[in-house]
Amino acid sequence: MEIKNEDYHISYDNKTMTINCEGALRLGGITEYVPIAELFNQVLDTEPHLITFDMRQLQFLNSSGINVLSKFVIKVRQKKTVQMIVQGSEQIPWQNKSLKNLKRLMPSLQLEWV
Amino acid sequence: MIQTFGNFIEKPEDSEGYLVIGFSPNSIPIRQRWRNNGLSADFLADYIVSFFPKTKDYPSNIEKRTEIKGIVSYVANELMENAMKFSDPESSFPISIQLQLYDDNIEFFVTNSVLKYSVAEFQDYIQKILSSDTQELYINQLEHNAENENNDDSGLGLLTMINDYMAKIGWKFEITNQKTIVTTTVQLSI
Repeated sequence: MEIKNEDYHISYDNKTMTINCEGALRLGGITEYVPIAELFNQVLDTEPHLITFDMRQLQFLNSSGINVLSKFVIKVRQKKTVQMIVQGSEQIPWQNKSLKNLKRLMPSLQLEWV
Repeated sequence: MIQTFGNFIEKPEDSEGYLVIGFSPNSIPIRQRWRNNGLSADFLADYIVSFFPKTKDYPSNIEKRTEIKGIVSYVANELMENAMKFSDPESSFPISIQLQLYDDNIEFFVTNSVLKYSVAEFQDYIQKILSSDTQELYINQLEHNAENENNDDSGLGLLTMINDYMAKIGWKFEITNQKTIVTTTVQLSI
């Protein structure tokens, strides 16, 4: 599972159960994020016991993207059987400021600053 | 008629220097223009950090540059996305974003037209932000969005600026028979 263009690269490695997001995601509203949200949902459909979300190379995410990411975290929380680790970088200001909000949506989510 | 809300500030009249970008809201299709928001936001961020030179005399500037670049890029992009989403598509009134840099503060001024019939809804939303616990509102909005797949506007841009970037935001509506213009101002401590 992979989506790639000149601005961003999103992929899923089923061996390590890791979703990797790189680049800058500034798409226009929920509609334009549909393919990405579908990729996330397909990952959840494979019933992994753990999902690692690696965003250390995601330089930018707009508020529509934060919405899509938060929706996914809520879906994972609702599954109840899936653990989630989010890997962020303190060097990237939006992550430093906004990633903590994901823990408020899913308190068992592990936030790792790498 | 003029109405102001929140921490609205007027543009300084005797400013020595500022940067302003202006563009017509209906010059090219919105999908193409959307990408320009990111490019403009990055340009504004790069311009602002040039005032924090990387020299051995100012070693703390390296971290500060990264921080300022990130916050200007995020806030400018969100403001321009909002201006583009809510501009009156029939109006030729340009969207503009102006940045003002001070020693410990950055100010943003974004001006755009608004559809007449959406003014009341917009002002209700502003009142809701001003009278609520914005941390609670943010979480409620996310839970609400998760239940409503078809809601294309996340309603998170202003809330993330207030909660995560400690932004002070204000609005001025200038309403005439012909058009409604809104100026959104954002103040960030740096």
